[in-house]
Amino acid sequence: MIKVLLFAELEDAAGKRKIELDMADVTVADVRERLVAEYPGLRRIDRAMPAVNEEYAEADEKVNAGDTVAFIPPVSGG
Amino acid sequence: MTLQRYSITDRPLDVTEVISLVEDRNAGAINTFIGTVREMTKGKRTIYLKYDAYVPMAEKKLAQIGDEITSRFPDARVAISHRTGELGISDIAVVIAVSTPHRADSFEACRYAIERIKEIVPIWKKEHWEDGTEWIGDQRETKAYPAGKPGKENLS
Repeated sequence: MIKVLLFAELEDAAGKRKIELDMADVTVADVRERLVAEYPGLRRIDRAMPAVNEEYAEADEKVNAGDTVAFIPPVSGG
Repeated sequence: MTLQRYSITDRPLDVTEVISLVEDRNAGAINTFIGTVREMTKGKRTIYLKYDAYVPMAEKKLAQIGDEITSRFPDARVAISHRTGELGISDIAVVIAVSTPHRADSFEACRYAIERIKEIVPIWKKEHWEDGTEWIGDQRETKAYPAGKPGKENLS
């Protein structure tokens, strides 16, 4: 299982913050593709920066079972 | 409860407490930045704001900002607290404190910290305007994530 976290506009679009995907040994791009296929409302996920296990990651980064992939929309703290 | 130097909390922020984390006998300056909730933005009235965060990663990124500052100003001490949840007008959203031996470095480092928060720390603000709501992104009004992500220069 891969744990996915969605925030802000993405959380609203999917209607949830946490999603578990039955996937293993894939890339961030594969996870993103699967999410858009299952949740058409997540088109804007392309604007978000992925993070794997709490560190920003590129689309080709490997993701294994047990990892957490978060999608970080443009931030607005401060 | 001891406050951590880099914290995300849903409780009201105490400026004095954040300052106390950077007090140092060798500091000649403590610079603070206090970010507060503004009522009017480009003619629109805010009723209240809601901040959300990816807490564990946000705390790591605040600590990274502290590390970036101390790699440039080795004698600096840094503390940053950011609040989440519902905030009203004039409430404090963020407190940054930086102490350094001399004042110029503390001004510069404090400014750096707030600009950097707006680039890399996973915290989001939802505006509850008089006439609706909106998640705010890209508030530095630069192209936030060209190609859908912060440039590598934002990640180092």
